[in-house]
Amino acid sequence: MRPPDASFIRRCMRRYYFERFDMIELPSDMPKREFGYRRADSGMVRHIQLHDAADLRVLLLQAVPLEVYVSNARYLLPSQPIPEKVWEDAHLIFDIDAKDLNLECRPSHTAVSCERCGHGTPGPCERCGHRGVRKTSVACNSCMKAAGEQAGRLLEILADDLGVREGVRVYFSGNEGFHVHVHDEQLARLGAAERTELADYVAFRGIMPERLGVTRDRTASLPRPSEGGWRGRFARGVLGSKAGRSRAAREISSGGYDAFARRVGGMASSLGARIDPGVTMDVHRIFRMPGTINGKSGMAKVPCEDPKKFDPYVSAVVLSDEPVHVRASCPVPIRMMKRRFGPYSNEYVEVPAYAAAYMVCKGLAHVVE
Amino acid sequence: MAVLGHLELAKYPFLADAGGYLRECGFTLGQLADDRDLAPIRDQAFARVAAAVDEGKVYRPSIETSSHLPREVFSFLLAVVLLKMSGARHLAKKFAMQEARGAETLLERDLGRARTTSQVLLATEIIRDLSGVGIQKQEEHFVVPVHEYLRRAVTFHAREWKLINRRVESGLVYLTPHETVRLIRQELVNYIVSRIEGAATPPQVPGLQGFAERLSAMEARLRPKTAVSSGEFAPCVKHAAKTMADGDNLSHAGRFLLATFLLARGYTIPDIVPYFEKAPDYKKSVTLYQLEHLAGKSGKGTAYRCQSCQKLKTLGLCHEIPECAGIVNPLQFGVGR
Repeated sequence: MRPPDASFIRRCMRRYYFERFDMIELPSDMPKREFGYRRADSGMVRHIQLHDAADLRVLLLQAVPLEVYVSNARYLLPSQPIPEKVWEDAHLIFDIDAKDLNLECRPSHTAVSCERCGHGTPGPCERCGHRGVRKTSVACNSCMKAAGEQAGRLLEILADDLGVREGVRVYFSGNEGFHVHVHDEQLARLGAAERTELADYVAFRGIMPERLGVTRDRTASLPRPSEGGWRGRFARGVLGSKAGRSRAAREISSGGYDAFARRVGGMASSLGARIDPGVTMDVHRIFRMPGTINGKSGMAKVPCEDPKKFDPYVSAVVLSDEPVHVRASCPVPIRMMKRRFGPYSNEYVEVPAYAAAYMVCKGLAHVVE
Repeated sequence: MAVLGHLELAKYPFLADAGGYLRECGFTLGQLADDRDLAPIRDQAFARVAAAVDEGKVYRPSIETSSHLPREVFSFLLAVVLLKMSGARHLAKKFAMQEARGAETLLERDLGRARTTSQVLLATEIIRDLSGVGIQKQEEHFVVPVHEYLRRAVTFHAREWKLINRRVESGLVYLTPHETVRLIRQELVNYIVSRIEGAATPPQVPGLQGFAERLSAMEARLRPKTAVSSGEFAPCVKHAAKTMADGDNLSHAGRFLLATFLLARGYTIPDIVPYFEKAPDYKKSVTLYQLEHLAGKSGKGTAYRCQSCQKLKTLGLCHEIPECAGIVNPLQFGVGR
């Protein structure tokens, strides 16, 4: 990030953390958590122990980090390196990222620019000749709606199958996805291997045909829509209505056991919740802290009641609307606070601070001093 | 603790308080060792261990007639005494394993036949005493909370134990009596091992010395087998190595797999570096630093292990072939015993 851009982002963040510290959700057992942060001009700083809100306030206002993280794990010694921290437990987290959904709309809201000079170019840079390009995805309601639907699907599986109804909190990640935090004492004690199983379960990965009533010898009893768990979900999602059920069942089980196994294996993306399994299984990870600003967008990680209806480009916009002058090269229009910005082709424009921060964080604009 | 009758003690003698039981029946260890009338119990105790170890037989207690019940408990308690006297630790583990298998069969039968509230209560309390798992009966199934299931089932490698292949509703996993008992098998073994290890080593009792010496001789025959590797790479590792060799980008997890596999197979860091040289973002200094870190030669000295097949499947890095059958870690590929 160029110095004037970094300075602008620092000003925005300092003001936000000074005026809106109440937006930050402090974790329970704060002294047992590992904190970390990243500044615009330096690498990651980890293994920090903070005892209370005052400690955090000092860190935010002095270091003014671009990103602030906190562990889902509780440790006896959070400031030690990982092998010496003495892990106690970690609440379960699922991460849903719109970019992993590979939606058809994605190319239409992805800006491609030269990774060396930033000039907007689909191939080798016309300005400097460099071949490497950087792809930057910008705000897209369709992507967020799809991610919200995945979060909704995950919540349904957690409640109906895993019995997790209390202590579930959904957050918009601040950029392009959702974090689902599950505060359940029993699940918090599970290790990485157990969490891998949970990740596979919610993602509908690894199911055997036998579980769905298909064996090597015969097709026994395909699931009924009224059944619970994955059998019922499979019946409702794949076999469909009562009228067409037998036909659908014949079609899907034609070709025998192996063909059925292949078909069912390919249904993970359409039936399962599309989470990032690496996040769920990691018991030592640090996550963006709720209420802090995401340095990739200038928007905040905020809680949301219903991810299917959540509009992050309104609800997660926390920076001011003071006018800022930027030179923007944003080939894709963005929509924030119900206003449209761009497209811009290396244009000098005046935009609200939140839109300026968004484009600067994405590398699509530079602040004009 | 479940309150056990004579029948339950005969079936699950490891749940008995050994000293208390002997006293209650009016016996001492000396009598068990020397009394001519009790010789069949001594022979049965020895045979119980020998059968478990030499023949891998699962012991079936004789519980049809009530007069046999104390003998079943005595022979188990005496078998433990013999194992303690012989100091045979491998033997003790094998014995515990076979006793556990026997108890499994009986426990499964008890769960399957439990109809009345008191029968269900007794069977579920025995399971709670052995494993700490709170199970409940629901219709024809037994249900276990998801977290309790996962803690145990993750150590099983058969696909049917994956959570997705179970009936899971409202936070409970549905199991048959057979599956319920299988789930706690390791805890059953551990319980019996702990009872053997926790038992006080008795003084050398002359009447039992001969049996103990024979067990010591059996212990000496138990030698660990050595593993021989064909040196072939697992398909997931081959795929990772090929991706790198083709100059394509390999995910962080894929690079971790390749490096930790090669390190575990005894490759040195200079041997491994060429595998990464064609990576689009290759930097020798970074590669060396990361390999040294993974090998535990820098940082805090933690050497990282190759991930399990299960984890690689979840990460989308598994490229299973028929030869992978039965392995749980890529390092086991092509390894014969």
